[in-house]
Amino acid sequence: MSNQLPPGLAIEKADERIMTLNVGPQHPGSGHMRIIVQIDGDYIVNCDPDPGYVHRGEEKMAEYRNYILNIPHLERPVIHDSCNVLYPYCLGAEEILGVEVPERAKYVRAIASELNKCIYIQYWLAIYGIFLGHSTMFMWPAGDRELFIDLMEKMTGARVTHSYFIPGGVRNDLPANFEDVCLRQVNYFEKRIKEYADVFYDNPILISRTEKTGVLSRQDAIRFGTTGSVLRASGVDFDLRKREPYDAYEELDFETPVLKDGDSYARSKIPWLDMMESCRIIKDALAKMPKSGSVRTKLKPNPKGKLDHEEVYRRVESGRGSLGCHIVSNKKPEPYRVKLSVPSFRNLICLPNLLRGEKLGNMPAVYWSLNYWPVEADR
Amino acid sequence: MSSDKEKTETTEKKEAPPAEKPKAAPPAKEEPKLPEFEKGIVDKITQKFADKTEVVTVKENRIAIKAKKEDVKEVAEFIRDELNFDHAESVSGVDYPEDKEIEVVYHLGSYLDPSLSKQILALSTRAPREDTPNPGNDSTRLPSLRDVFYSVEFHERECFEMLGVYFEGHPDNRRLLLPEDWADLPPLRRDFAIKGR
Repeated sequence: MSNQLPPGLAIEKADERIMTLNVGPQHPGSGHMRIIVQIDGDYIVNCDPDPGYVHRGEEKMAEYRNYILNIPHLERPVIHDSCNVLYPYCLGAEEILGVEVPERAKYVRAIASELNKCIYIQYWLAIYGIFLGHSTMFMWPAGDRELFIDLMEKMTGARVTHSYFIPGGVRNDLPANFEDVCLRQVNYFEKRIKEYADVFYDNPILISRTEKTGVLSRQDAIRFGTTGSVLRASGVDFDLRKREPYDAYEELDFETPVLKDGDSYARSKIPWLDMMESCRIIKDALAKMPKSGSVRTKLKPNPKGKLDHEEVYRRVESGRGSLGCHIVSNKKPEPYRVKLSVPSFRNLICLPNLLRGEKLGNMPAVYWSLNYWPVEADR
Repeated sequence: MSSDKEKTETTEKKEAPPAEKPKAAPPAKEEPKLPEFEKGIVDKITQKFADKTEVVTVKENRIAIKAKKEDVKEVAEFIRDELNFDHAESVSGVDYPEDKEIEVVYHLGSYLDPSLSKQILALSTRAPREDTPNPGNDSTRLPSLRDVFYSVEFHERECFEMLGVYFEGHPDNRRLLLPEDWADLPPLRRDFAIKGR
């Protein structure tokens, strides 16, 4: 065989074969985030995530406001999970200000935090459904989410941005009939959530689209420092509620789901299993909660730290994974520096590594399975 | 999963004494006792790097170590290989204009060693700070820990744009969150002021 091609034909150079595509930042699903992908035919050869379109400078703003005024704006990164975003900040501020949280408030916090987790996961799941062209899976969680939003509205007065957690407890006590309503809604949802499997998780179309796509090995999951559902889908049993129990979680009874496959299917299933455990925690917390007592320790006006220089790092398990808050205080009413170490930002590092070699059509299935929230990553 | 559970059970037994101590301690406030488990970790570091590191705080579940920028990579490698901390949770830059320095704090944690799952080791180091920064081209430089902890890659990129600390040896020192045409001071420096505040 000769190496010469017939006249009129030429072998393409590798550079010419590769096309660069911008996915986002105005993509209806990606959120305000751009993913620059280079494709060779149908296969992704390189991927460069470009977050930052919703960077609001939360950390800078926190340096100008005192410990209390920081609350309403620090929850903005994930409004669906606002209690969990504030949680590590409140724990850190309590450590700096030397405030104790009343026993009842600890349980109220656990309930609010788990309700919020369900709200977030349902919103995430709804978008995952629409990403994969499954519009029923958009409608169902988006509708069932209202159950929990109603509960949060009863509890805090606001549907999404609650500003409920404050250093020293929670802003207000539960309303009189909250326990009954909460039990009724959670019991209903526990039955309802099983139906998600029939329409979504056991659906052969979903399985064929997500199974064995974007496989993250256990080793890589640890090396990349991933967290939350991504980490637990790769077979690492690490949940801060179990490993470093904060507030009431030591007394509560629950399991942490772990899967071993590390593919998009496992990553999409973990949050669903998490919701079942959240329901269990809510019911357990309602049963074990002290029936009366104060829910907040009164703070002095403009509270300050006691030491000239103090650094704390506290973390909680949010709907997406471990959420850390590093606060540096210098005896002033305003924190010297607040740094949020958010799970979305930590999991983002997987994206280029998972997408390389995947088909372009699998991109949404892999991208959204990372439990990624663009606004949170940008802060 | 079952093996993981067994491990946690054994470590809970191990960790029981330091966890109980602070609860019993409050009446005797005069002599703050260092938690034993954390002290063991600190001792290992100070034995190896007596003159190169400075212990900042040892609290329950939290250790803070400071190292000079020449030694930080060596100390980080020791922490990874000998002390089993396997990932970085967060990298935060803190600006100290009075000291003319910028501090970068690596919060390190461990997934693989269940006895360390509560622990966070904060390894900090400081870079000189220029009054008129020229990010990437001035003396505000630190060695990158990306080769030691892969997970710091994006965190260090964020730190570079927000505080102007250039990480030597980082494969990809580009902007991440800020607009491409940002021409002002790095925004998390103390002298960058928000309008009207």
